[in-house]
Amino acid sequence: MHGLINRAIQSFVCATYGQSCWLRVTEAAGLGFTEFEAMLIYEDSMTTRVLDALSADLNRPQSEILEDLGTYLVSHPNMEGLRRLLRFGGVTYVEFLHSLDDLSDRARLAVSDLRLPILELCEVSPAEYQLHCFPGLPGYASVMVGVLRAVADDYGALAMLSHEGQQGDVEVITIVLVESAFAEGRHFDLGARGT
Amino acid sequence: MMDTANLSTLLETLCPMFVMVDGEGKILNAGPTLQKLRPDQPMKGRAFPDLFELVRPRTITTIPALLSLAGGKVHLKFHDEPRTALKGLIAPLPDGNGAIINLSFGISILDAVRDYALTSADFSGTDLAIELLYLVEAKSAAMEASRSLNLRLQGAMLAAEEQAVTDMLTGLKNRRAMDLVLGHLISGGSAFALMHLDLDYFKSVNDRLGHAAGDFVLQQAARIMEEETRNEDTVARIGGDEFVIIFKSLVDEAVLSDIAARLIKRLRQPMMFQGAPCQVSASVGTALSTQFNTPDAAELLNAADQALYEAKRQGRSRHCLYSSLGEAGIKTASSH
Repeated sequence: MHGLINRAIQSFVCATYGQSCWLRVTEAAGLGFTEFEAMLIYEDSMTTRVLDALSADLNRPQSEILEDLGTYLVSHPNMEGLRRLLRFGGVTYVEFLHSLDDLSDRARLAVSDLRLPILELCEVSPAEYQLHCFPGLPGYASVMVGVLRAVADDYGALAMLSHEGQQGDVEVITIVLVESAFAEGRHFDLGARGT
Repeated sequence: MMDTANLSTLLETLCPMFVMVDGEGKILNAGPTLQKLRPDQPMKGRAFPDLFELVRPRTITTIPALLSLAGGKVHLKFHDEPRTALKGLIAPLPDGNGAIINLSFGISILDAVRDYALTSADFSGTDLAIELLYLVEAKSAAMEASRSLNLRLQGAMLAAEEQAVTDMLTGLKNRRAMDLVLGHLISGGSAFALMHLDLDYFKSVNDRLGHAAGDFVLQQAARIMEEETRNEDTVARIGGDEFVIIFKSLVDEAVLSDIAARLIKRLRQPMMFQGAPCQVSASVGTALSTQFNTPDAAELLNAADQALYEAKRQGRSRHCLYSSLGEAGIKTASSH
Protein backbone atom coordinates (compact mmCIF):
# COMPACT_ATOMS: atom_id res chain seq x y z
CA MET A 1 0.00 0.00 0.00
CA HIS A 2 1.31 3.41 -0.90
CA GLY A 3 2.65 5.43 2.02
CA LEU A 4 0.48 8.39 1.01
CA ILE A 5 -2.63 6.34 1.79
CA ASN A 6 -1.23 5.08 5.10
CA ARG A 7 -0.07 8.57 5.95
CA ALA A 8 -3.57 9.92 5.20
CA ILE A 9 -5.04 7.41 7.65
CA GLN A 10 -2.46 8.37 10.27
CA SER A 11 -3.09 12.07 9.78
CA PHE A 12 -6.87 11.55 10.01
CA VAL A 13 -6.64 9.49 13.20
CA CYS A 14 -4.26 11.93 14.91
CA ALA A 15 -6.31 15.00 13.95
CA THR A 16 -9.67 13.43 14.81
CA TYR A 17 -9.03 11.06 17.73
CA GLY A 18 -5.68 12.24 19.01
CA GLN A 19 -2.12 11.00 19.07
CA SER A 20 -2.81 8.56 21.94
CA CYS A 21 -5.46 6.77 19.86
CA TRP A 22 -2.98 6.45 16.98
CA LEU A 23 -0.33 5.00 19.29
CA ARG A 24 -2.83 2.44 20.65
CA VAL A 25 -3.83 1.50 17.10
CA THR A 26 -0.26 1.04 15.82
CA GLU A 27 0.51 -1.01 18.92
CA ALA A 28 -2.56 -3.21 18.48
CA ALA A 29 -1.80 -3.61 14.76
CA GLY A 30 1.73 -4.69 15.64
CA LEU A 31 3.36 -2.30 13.18
CA GLY A 32 6.59 -1.97 15.11
CA PHE A 33 6.68 1.76 14.31
CA THR A 34 4.35 4.69 14.72
CA GLU A 35 5.01 6.92 11.72
CA PHE A 36 4.20 6.05 8.13
CA GLU A 37 6.37 7.73 5.50
CA ALA A 38 4.34 9.25 2.68
CA MET A 39 6.81 8.29 -0.02
CA LEU A 40 7.51 4.66 0.87
CA ILE A 41 5.51 1.56 -0.01
CA TYR A 42 4.21 -0.72 2.75
CA GLU A 43 2.70 -4.20 2.79
CA ASP A 44 -1.07 -4.14 2.21
CA SER A 45 -1.64 -6.19 5.35
CA MET A 46 -0.30 -3.33 7.50
CA THR A 47 -3.09 -1.05 6.32
CA THR A 48 -5.68 -3.76 6.90
CA ARG A 49 -4.38 -4.35 10.43
CA VAL A 50 -4.41 -0.62 11.20
CA LEU A 51 -8.01 -0.23 9.98
CA ASP A 52 -9.12 -3.33 11.91
CA ALA A 53 -7.44 -2.07 15.06
CA LEU A 54 -8.95 1.37 14.60
CA SER A 55 -12.42 -0.05 14.13
CA ALA A 56 -12.01 -2.12 17.30
CA ASP A 57 -10.58 0.79 19.29
CA LEU A 58 -13.40 3.16 18.30
CA ASN A 59 -16.03 0.41 18.34
CA ARG A 60 -17.39 1.71 15.02
CA PRO A 61 -17.89 -0.04 11.67
CA GLN A 62 -15.00 0.45 9.25
CA SER A 63 -17.21 1.89 6.50
CA GLU A 64 -18.29 4.76 8.78
CA ILE A 65 -14.71 5.52 9.75
CA LEU A 66 -13.62 5.49 6.10
CA GLU A 67 -16.40 7.93 5.17
CA ASP A 68 -15.13 10.26 7.87
CA LEU A 69 -11.64 9.84 6.47
CA GLY A 70 -12.96 10.93 3.06
CA THR A 71 -14.55 14.01 4.58
CA TYR A 72 -11.34 14.79 6.45
CA LEU A 73 -9.28 14.60 3.24
CA VAL A 74 -11.30 17.42 1.71
CA SER A 75 -12.38 19.60 4.59
CA HIS A 76 -9.56 19.62 7.13
CA PRO A 77 -7.08 22.51 6.99
CA ASN A 78 -4.23 19.94 7.13
CA MET A 79 -5.38 18.73 3.73
CA GLU A 80 -5.80 22.07 1.93
CA GLY A 81 -3.37 20.96 -0.79
CA LEU A 82 -5.49 17.92 -1.61
CA ARG A 83 -8.70 19.97 -1.64
CA ARG A 84 -7.10 22.30 -4.17
CA LEU A 85 -5.99 19.42 -6.37
CA LEU A 86 -9.55 18.06 -6.37
CA ARG A 87 -10.99 21.49 -7.17
CA PHE A 88 -8.85 21.59 -10.32
CA GLY A 89 -11.34 18.97 -11.55
CA GLY A 90 -13.98 21.49 -12.48
CA VAL A 91 -15.67 24.83 -12.01
CA THR A 92 -18.94 23.29 -10.81
CA TYR A 93 -19.81 20.22 -8.75
CA VAL A 94 -21.18 18.45 -11.83
CA GLU A 95 -17.97 19.17 -13.74
CA PHE A 96 -16.07 17.84 -10.76
CA LEU A 97 -18.16 14.65 -10.81
CA HIS A 98 -17.29 14.15 -14.48
CA SER A 99 -13.61 14.70 -13.74
CA LEU A 100 -13.64 11.67 -11.42
CA ASP A 101 -13.21 9.46 -14.50
CA ASP A 102 -9.69 10.93 -14.72
CA LEU A 103 -8.92 10.87 -10.99
CA SER A 104 -6.85 7.69 -11.13
CA ASP A 105 -4.79 9.05 -14.05
CA ARG A 106 -4.40 12.42 -12.39
CA ALA A 107 -3.14 10.78 -9.20
CA ARG A 108 -0.62 8.79 -11.23
CA LEU A 109 0.50 11.92 -13.04
CA ALA A 110 1.41 13.43 -9.67
CA VAL A 111 2.88 10.34 -8.00
CA SER A 112 3.74 7.70 -10.56
CA ASP A 113 3.48 4.70 -8.23
CA LEU A 114 0.18 5.72 -6.65
CA ARG A 115 -2.49 3.43 -8.11
CA LEU A 116 -6.06 4.36 -7.29
CA PRO A 117 -9.01 2.27 -8.51
CA ILE A 118 -10.79 3.36 -11.67
CA LEU A 119 -13.95 5.43 -11.19
CA GLU A 120 -16.70 5.77 -13.77
CA LEU A 121 -19.51 8.29 -13.63
CA CYS A 122 -22.86 7.41 -15.22
CA GLU A 123 -25.42 10.14 -15.69
CA VAL A 124 -28.88 8.81 -14.86
CA SER A 125 -30.44 12.25 -15.23
CA PRO A 126 -29.03 15.78 -14.96
CA ALA A 127 -29.81 15.56 -11.25
CA GLU A 128 -28.83 11.95 -10.59
CA TYR A 129 -25.52 10.21 -11.10
CA GLN A 130 -24.05 6.86 -10.28
CA LEU A 131 -20.38 6.49 -9.52
CA HIS A 132 -18.93 3.04 -10.16
CA CYS A 133 -15.85 2.24 -8.08
CA PHE A 134 -13.79 -0.56 -9.59
CA PRO A 135 -11.91 -2.98 -7.34
CA GLY A 136 -8.31 -2.54 -6.24
CA LEU A 137 -8.50 -0.78 -2.91
CA PRO A 138 -10.87 -2.21 -0.29
CA GLY A 139 -12.92 0.52 1.34
CA TYR A 140 -12.24 3.05 -1.43
CA ALA A 141 -15.97 3.48 -2.16
CA SER A 142 -16.62 4.38 1.48
CA VAL A 143 -13.83 6.97 1.39
CA MET A 144 -15.29 8.35 -1.86
CA VAL A 145 -18.71 8.82 -0.22
CA GLY A 146 -17.07 11.06 2.36
CA VAL A 147 -15.02 12.86 -0.30
CA LEU A 148 -18.04 13.50 -2.53
CA ARG A 149 -20.10 14.80 0.38
CA ALA A 150 -17.36 17.19 1.49
CA VAL A 151 -16.61 18.38 -2.05
CA ALA A 152 -20.33 19.12 -2.51
CA ASP A 153 -20.10 21.41 0.53
CA ASP A 154 -16.95 22.92 -0.91
CA TYR A 155 -18.76 23.86 -4.13
CA GLY A 156 -21.85 24.95 -2.21
CA ALA A 157 -23.94 22.21 -3.82
CA LEU A 158 -26.62 20.25 -1.98
CA ALA A 159 -26.30 16.56 -2.79
CA MET A 160 -27.63 13.35 -1.28
CA LEU A 161 -25.25 10.46 -1.34
CA SER A 162 -25.81 6.80 -0.75
CA HIS A 163 -23.49 3.87 -0.87
CA GLU A 164 -25.48 1.20 -2.71
CA GLY A 165 -22.94 -1.54 -2.08
CA GLN A 166 -21.54 -4.14 -4.43
CA GLN A 167 -23.15 -4.62 -7.85
CA GLY A 168 -21.23 -7.24 -9.77
CA ASP A 169 -17.62 -6.10 -10.07
CA VAL A 170 -18.17 -2.57 -8.89
CA GLU A 171 -19.34 -0.73 -5.82
CA VAL A 172 -21.98 1.86 -6.61
CA ILE A 173 -22.51 5.28 -5.10
CA THR A 174 -25.64 7.22 -5.99
CA ILE A 175 -25.44 11.01 -6.07
CA VAL A 176 -28.69 12.98 -6.19
CA LEU A 177 -28.16 16.65 -6.84
CA VAL A 178 -30.83 18.61 -5.03
CA GLU A 179 -29.45 22.04 -5.73
CA SER A 180 -26.19 22.77 -7.55
CA ALA A 181 -25.84 26.26 -6.12
CA PHE A 182 -27.32 25.79 -2.66
CA ALA A 183 -24.82 27.82 -0.72
CA GLU A 184 -21.85 30.08 -1.34
CA GLY A 185 -19.24 27.30 -1.26
CA ARG A 186 -15.58 27.80 -0.51
CA HIS A 187 -13.41 30.03 -2.62
CA PHE A 188 -10.98 28.48 -5.07
CA ASP A 189 -8.25 30.79 -6.29
CA LEU A 190 -6.20 29.27 -9.12
CA GLY A 191 -3.16 31.34 -8.28
CA ALA A 192 -3.07 30.62 -4.55
CA ARG A 193 -0.61 27.76 -4.88
CA GLY A 194 1.48 26.72 -1.94
CA THR A 195 -0.65 28.44 0.69
CA MET B 1 -14.82 34.94 -46.88
CA MET B 2 -15.71 35.57 -43.26
CA ASP B 3 -15.60 39.24 -42.19
CA THR B 4 -13.46 40.38 -39.30
CA ALA B 5 -16.41 40.72 -36.91
CA ASN B 6 -17.42 37.10 -37.38
CA LEU B 7 -13.81 36.04 -37.16
CA SER B 8 -13.40 37.89 -33.87
CA THR B 9 -16.43 36.12 -32.38
CA LEU B 10 -14.97 32.79 -33.38
CA LEU B 11 -11.55 33.65 -31.97
CA GLU B 12 -12.99 34.81 -28.64
CA THR B 13 -14.07 31.20 -28.03
CA LEU B 14 -11.10 29.42 -29.55
CA CYS B 15 -8.22 31.61 -28.43
CA PRO B 16 -9.29 34.16 -25.84
CA MET B 17 -5.87 35.81 -25.90
CA PHE B 18 -5.78 36.77 -29.57
CA VAL B 19 -5.04 40.25 -30.97
CA MET B 20 -6.23 41.28 -34.39
CA VAL B 21 -4.19 44.10 -35.92
CA ASP B 22 -4.47 45.97 -39.20
CA GLY B 23 -1.59 46.61 -41.62
CA GLU B 24 -0.39 49.57 -39.53
CA GLY B 25 -0.34 47.60 -36.30
CA LYS B 26 -3.49 49.15 -34.86
CA ILE B 27 -5.42 46.75 -32.65
CA LEU B 28 -8.80 45.97 -34.20
CA ASN B 29 -9.88 43.57 -31.52
CA ALA B 30 -8.46 41.69 -28.52
CA GLY B 31 -9.60 38.49 -26.85
CA PRO B 32 -11.40 38.73 -23.48
CA THR B 33 -8.64 37.09 -21.44
CA LEU B 34 -5.96 39.32 -22.93
CA GLN B 35 -8.11 42.39 -22.25
CA LYS B 36 -8.59 41.13 -18.65
CA LEU B 37 -4.84 41.60 -18.12
CA ARG B 38 -5.25 45.37 -18.57
CA PRO B 39 -8.83 46.02 -17.45
CA ASP B 40 -8.39 49.82 -17.34
CA GLN B 41 -6.83 50.17 -20.78
CA PRO B 42 -9.15 49.20 -23.65
CA MET B 43 -6.82 47.62 -26.21
CA LYS B 44 -9.08 48.19 -29.19
CA GLY B 45 -7.79 51.15 -31.20
CA ARG B 46 -4.33 51.23 -29.55
CA ALA B 47 -1.14 50.67 -31.48
CA PHE B 48 0.25 47.18 -30.87
CA PRO B 49 3.84 48.40 -30.20
CA ASP B 50 2.51 50.88 -27.59
CA LEU B 51 1.26 48.01 -25.43
CA PHE B 52 3.83 45.31 -26.09
CA GLU B 53 7.58 45.25 -26.32
CA LEU B 54 9.03 42.77 -28.80
CA VAL B 55 11.68 40.77 -26.94
CA ARG B 56 12.49 38.25 -29.70
CA PRO B 57 13.30 38.13 -32.59
CA ARG B 58 15.40 41.22 -31.96
CA THR B 59 16.02 41.93 -35.63
CA ILE B 60 12.38 42.91 -36.20
CA THR B 61 11.81 46.64 -35.70
CA THR B 62 8.93 47.56 -37.98
CA ILE B 63 5.28 46.54 -38.10
CA PRO B 64 5.36 45.24 -41.69
CA ALA B 65 8.35 43.08 -40.84
CA LEU B 66 6.55 41.75 -37.76
CA LEU B 67 3.35 40.99 -39.68
CA SER B 68 5.26 39.24 -42.42
CA LEU B 69 6.49 36.61 -39.94
CA ALA B 70 3.75 34.20 -41.03
CA GLY B 71 3.71 31.22 -38.67
CA GLY B 72 6.59 32.78 -36.78
CA LYS B 73 6.92 32.74 -33.02
CA VAL B 74 7.47 35.97 -31.12
CA HIS B 75 8.25 36.74 -27.48
CA LEU B 76 6.62 39.83 -26.04
CA LYS B 77 6.37 41.72 -22.79
CA PHE B 78 3.98 44.37 -21.55
CA HIS B 79 5.56 47.81 -21.44
CA ASP B 80 4.03 48.56 -18.03
CA GLU B 81 3.91 46.58 -14.79
CA PRO B 82 3.33 43.72 -14.28
CA ARG B 83 5.61 43.05 -17.22
CA THR B 84 4.18 39.61 -17.94
CA ALA B 85 6.01 37.69 -20.64
CA LEU B 86 3.89 36.38 -23.50
CA LYS B 87 4.50 34.05 -26.40
CA GLY B 88 2.77 34.76 -29.69
CA LEU B 89 2.10 33.13 -33.01
CA ILE B 90 1.45 35.34 -36.04
CA ALA B 91 -1.02 34.43 -38.77
CA PRO B 92 -1.55 37.06 -41.52
CA LEU B 93 -5.18 37.80 -42.38
CA PRO B 94 -6.33 36.26 -45.68
CA ASP B 95 -6.75 39.62 -47.42
CA GLY B 96 -3.12 40.41 -46.74
CA ASN B 97 -4.00 43.41 -44.61
CA GLY B 98 -3.09 42.87 -40.98
CA ALA B 99 -2.74 39.69 -38.90
CA ILE B 100 -3.99 37.65 -35.99
CA ILE B 101 -1.47 37.27 -33.19
CA ASN B 102 -2.45 34.50 -30.82
CA LEU B 103 -0.83 35.06 -27.43
CA SER B 104 -0.21 32.65 -24.56
CA PHE B 105 1.54 32.83 -21.20
CA GLY B 106 4.03 30.06 -21.68
CA ILE B 107 5.95 29.49 -18.49
CA SER B 108 4.82 32.83 -16.98
CA ILE B 109 1.40 31.27 -16.38
CA LEU B 110 2.18 30.51 -12.73
CA ASP B 111 2.65 34.20 -11.94
CA ALA B 112 -0.07 35.31 -14.32
CA VAL B 113 -2.91 33.38 -12.66
CA ARG B 114 -1.92 35.00 -9.39
CA ASP B 115 -1.24 38.51 -10.70
CA TYR B 116 -4.49 38.70 -12.68
CA ALA B 117 -6.72 36.39 -10.58
CA LEU B 118 -7.47 34.25 -13.63
CA THR B 119 -9.97 31.40 -13.40
CA SER B 120 -10.53 28.32 -15.55
CA ALA B 121 -13.17 30.30 -17.48
CA ASP B 122 -10.36 32.53 -18.80
CA PHE B 123 -8.77 29.67 -20.69
CA SER B 124 -10.18 27.90 -23.68
CA GLY B 125 -11.54 24.45 -22.97
CA THR B 126 -8.66 22.72 -24.73
CA ASP B 127 -5.91 24.87 -23.21
CA LEU B 128 -3.65 22.78 -21.00
CA ALA B 129 -3.17 25.68 -18.58
CA ILE B 130 -5.35 24.17 -15.85
CA GLU B 131 -3.65 20.80 -16.20
CA LEU B 132 -0.28 22.53 -15.98
CA LEU B 133 -1.29 24.34 -12.80
CA TYR B 134 -2.65 21.09 -11.38
CA LEU B 135 0.59 19.34 -12.20
CA VAL B 136 2.74 22.04 -10.63
CA GLU B 137 0.79 21.85 -7.37
CA ALA B 138 0.64 18.07 -7.35
CA LYS B 139 4.33 17.72 -8.12
CA SER B 140 5.28 20.34 -5.52
CA ALA B 141 3.30 18.48 -2.88
CA ALA B 142 4.86 15.15 -3.87
CA MET B 143 8.32 16.72 -3.95
CA GLU B 144 7.80 18.22 -0.51
CA ALA B 145 6.82 14.79 0.86
CA SER B 146 9.93 13.27 -0.73
CA ARG B 147 12.11 16.06 0.58
CA SER B 148 10.91 15.62 4.14
CA LEU B 149 11.53 11.88 3.85
CA ASN B 150 15.05 12.58 2.58
CA LEU B 151 15.71 14.90 5.51
CA ARG B 152 14.56 12.28 8.01
CA LEU B 153 16.60 9.58 6.30
CA GLN B 154 19.65 11.83 6.33
CA GLY B 155 19.14 12.47 10.04
CA ALA B 156 18.84 8.74 10.68
CA MET B 157 21.96 8.08 8.60
CA LEU B 158 23.99 10.66 10.54
CA ALA B 159 22.79 9.18 13.83
CA ALA B 160 23.72 5.67 12.64
CA GLU B 161 27.14 6.86 11.51
CA GLU B 162 27.65 8.60 14.85
CA GLN B 163 26.61 5.45 16.71
CA ALA B 164 29.00 3.37 14.66
CA VAL B 165 31.96 5.35 15.97
CA THR B 166 30.68 6.08 19.49
CA ASP B 167 31.05 4.12 22.71
CA MET B 168 27.46 4.20 23.91
CA LEU B 169 28.26 3.98 27.63
CA THR B 170 30.64 6.92 27.84
CA GLY B 171 29.90 8.90 24.68
CA LEU B 172 33.60 8.68 23.80
CA LYS B 173 34.81 7.41 20.44
CA ASN B 174 35.11 3.65 20.09
CA ARG B 175 37.93 1.45 18.84
CA ARG B 176 36.72 1.72 15.24
CA ALA B 177 36.79 5.51 15.42
CA MET B 178 40.29 5.41 16.91
CA ASP B 179 41.49 3.21 14.04
CA LEU B 180 40.00 5.68 11.55
CA VAL B 181 41.64 8.69 13.22
CA LEU B 182 45.00 6.91 13.44
CA GLY B 183 44.75 5.91 9.79
CA HIS B 184 44.02 9.51 8.76
CA LEU B 185 46.85 10.99 10.79
CA ILE B 186 49.39 8.46 9.56
CA SER B 187 48.42 8.70 5.90
CA GLY B 188 48.43 12.50 6.21
CA GLY B 189 51.93 12.39 7.68
CA SER B 190 50.85 14.41 10.77
CA ALA B 191 52.84 14.38 13.99
CA PHE B 192 50.86 13.23 17.01
CA ALA B 193 51.12 11.54 20.39
CA LEU B 194 49.29 8.40 21.42
CA MET B 195 48.52 7.95 25.09
CA HIS B 196 47.33 4.59 26.36
CA LEU B 197 45.51 4.85 29.70
CA ASP B 198 44.37 1.98 31.87
CA LEU B 199 42.22 2.38 35.00
CA ASP B 200 43.81 0.67 38.00
CA TYR B 201 41.63 -1.17 40.51
CA PHE B 202 38.60 -0.87 38.24
CA LYS B 203 37.85 -4.58 38.55
CA SER B 204 37.69 -4.30 42.30
CA VAL B 205 35.11 -1.47 42.09
CA ASN B 206 33.04 -3.63 39.77
CA ASP B 207 33.33 -6.64 42.04
CA ARG B 208 32.63 -4.79 45.29
CA LEU B 209 29.95 -2.29 44.21
CA GLY B 210 28.45 -3.84 41.10
CA HIS B 211 28.30 -3.01 37.42
CA ALA B 212 26.26 0.15 37.92
CA ALA B 213 29.12 1.56 39.99
CA GLY B 214 31.60 0.38 37.38
CA ASP B 215 29.63 2.09 34.62
CA PHE B 216 29.48 5.25 36.70
CA VAL B 217 33.26 5.23 37.17
CA LEU B 218 33.81 4.78 33.43
CA GLN B 219 31.52 7.71 32.69
CA GLN B 220 33.26 9.94 35.23
CA ALA B 221 36.68 8.93 33.89
CA ALA B 222 35.52 9.70 30.36
CA ARG B 223 34.34 13.14 31.44
CA ILE B 224 37.68 13.88 33.11
CA MET B 225 39.64 12.82 30.02
CA GLU B 226 37.49 15.02 27.81
CA GLU B 227 37.95 17.96 30.16
CA GLU B 228 41.72 17.55 30.26
CA THR B 229 42.12 17.37 26.47
CA ARG B 230 41.48 19.72 23.57
CA ASN B 231 38.56 19.45 21.16
CA GLU B 232 40.86 18.34 18.37
CA ASP B 233 42.18 15.45 20.44
CA THR B 234 40.52 12.06 20.19
CA VAL B 235 39.52 10.23 23.36
CA ALA B 236 38.46 6.63 22.74
CA ARG B 237 37.44 3.75 24.96
CA ILE B 238 38.96 0.71 23.33
CA GLY B 239 38.28 -1.95 25.96
CA GLY B 240 36.61 -2.45 29.35
CA ASP B 241 38.78 -0.01 31.30
CA GLU B 242 41.26 0.89 28.57
CA PHE B 243 41.38 4.27 26.88
CA VAL B 244 43.46 5.81 24.11
CA ILE B 245 43.98 9.54 23.70
CA ILE B 246 45.40 10.85 20.44
CA PHE B 247 46.94 14.33 20.65
CA LYS B 248 47.04 15.89 17.22
CA SER B 249 50.19 17.95 16.44
CA LEU B 250 51.42 17.59 20.02
CA VAL B 251 54.74 15.79 20.43
CA ASP B 252 56.24 17.75 23.33
CA GLU B 253 56.97 15.14 26.02
CA ALA B 254 57.02 17.70 28.83
CA VAL B 255 53.54 18.94 27.96
CA LEU B 256 52.28 15.39 27.53
CA SER B 257 53.74 14.41 30.91
CA ASP B 258 51.92 17.35 32.51
CA ILE B 259 48.66 16.26 30.97
CA ALA B 260 49.22 12.67 32.11
CA ALA B 261 49.99 13.85 35.63
CA ARG B 262 46.80 15.92 35.75
CA LEU B 263 44.74 12.98 34.47
CA ILE B 264 46.22 10.63 37.07
CA LYS B 265 45.68 13.15 39.84
CA ARG B 266 42.05 13.70 38.99
CA LEU B 267 41.28 10.03 38.35
CA ARG B 268 42.64 9.15 41.80
CA GLN B 269 40.06 11.33 43.53
CA PRO B 270 37.39 9.02 44.97
CA MET B 271 34.16 9.13 42.93
CA MET B 272 31.01 8.94 45.02
CA PHE B 273 28.42 6.48 43.74
CA GLN B 274 25.22 6.29 45.80
CA GLY B 275 27.12 7.31 48.90
CA ALA B 276 29.93 4.79 48.38
CA PRO B 277 33.41 6.00 47.41
CA CYS B 278 34.83 4.34 44.30
CA GLN B 279 38.61 4.49 44.31
CA VAL B 280 40.48 3.95 41.08
CA SER B 281 43.64 5.35 39.61
CA ALA B 282 45.34 5.30 36.24
CA SER B 283 48.51 4.07 34.60
CA VAL B 284 49.53 5.84 31.41
CA GLY B 285 52.00 5.13 28.61
CA THR B 286 52.77 7.57 25.81
CA ALA B 287 54.43 7.14 22.42
CA LEU B 288 55.06 9.71 19.67
CA SER B 289 54.55 9.25 15.94
CA THR B 290 57.87 11.07 15.47
CA GLN B 291 59.67 8.21 17.21
CA PHE B 292 59.18 6.10 14.10
CA ASN B 293 60.50 6.62 10.60
CA THR B 294 57.37 5.19 9.01
CA PRO B 295 54.84 4.98 11.82
CA ASP B 296 52.03 2.48 11.59
CA ALA B 297 49.06 2.13 13.88
CA ALA B 298 49.85 -1.28 15.35
CA GLU B 299 53.45 -0.29 16.02
CA LEU B 300 52.46 2.92 17.80
CA LEU B 301 49.81 1.20 19.88
CA ASN B 302 52.33 -1.43 20.82
CA ALA B 303 54.86 1.23 21.82
CA ALA B 304 52.34 3.05 24.02
CA ASP B 305 51.33 -0.30 25.45
CA GLN B 306 54.93 -1.08 26.42
CA ALA B 307 55.20 2.28 28.15
CA LEU B 308 51.92 1.59 29.95
CA TYR B 309 53.20 -1.81 31.05
CA GLU B 310 56.30 -0.17 32.44
CA ALA B 311 54.13 2.37 34.34
CA LYS B 312 52.17 -0.49 35.88
CA ARG B 313 55.37 -2.32 36.72
CA GLN B 314 56.69 0.71 38.52
CA GLY B 315 53.71 0.62 40.88
CA ARG B 316 50.72 2.13 39.00
CA SER B 317 49.35 5.69 39.15
CA ARG B 318 52.25 6.61 36.94
CA HIS B 319 53.03 7.90 33.50
CA CYS B 320 55.79 6.39 31.42
CA LEU B 321 57.20 7.64 28.11
CA TYR B 322 58.11 5.17 25.42
CA SER B 323 61.30 7.16 24.85
CA SER B 324 62.43 6.35 28.41
CA LEU B 325 62.18 2.62 27.92
CA GLY B 326 65.47 2.37 26.03
CA GLU B 327 67.32 3.72 29.05
CA ALA B 328 65.65 1.11 31.25
CA GLY B 329 66.76 -1.49 28.74
CA ILE B 330 63.43 -3.07 28.03
CA LYS B 331 62.66 -1.43 24.70
CA THR B 332 62.82 -4.76 22.95
CA ALA B 333 60.28 -6.34 25.29
CA SER B 334 57.65 -6.03 22.61
CA SER B 335 55.82 -9.21 23.54
CA HIS B 336 53.41 -7.24 25.71
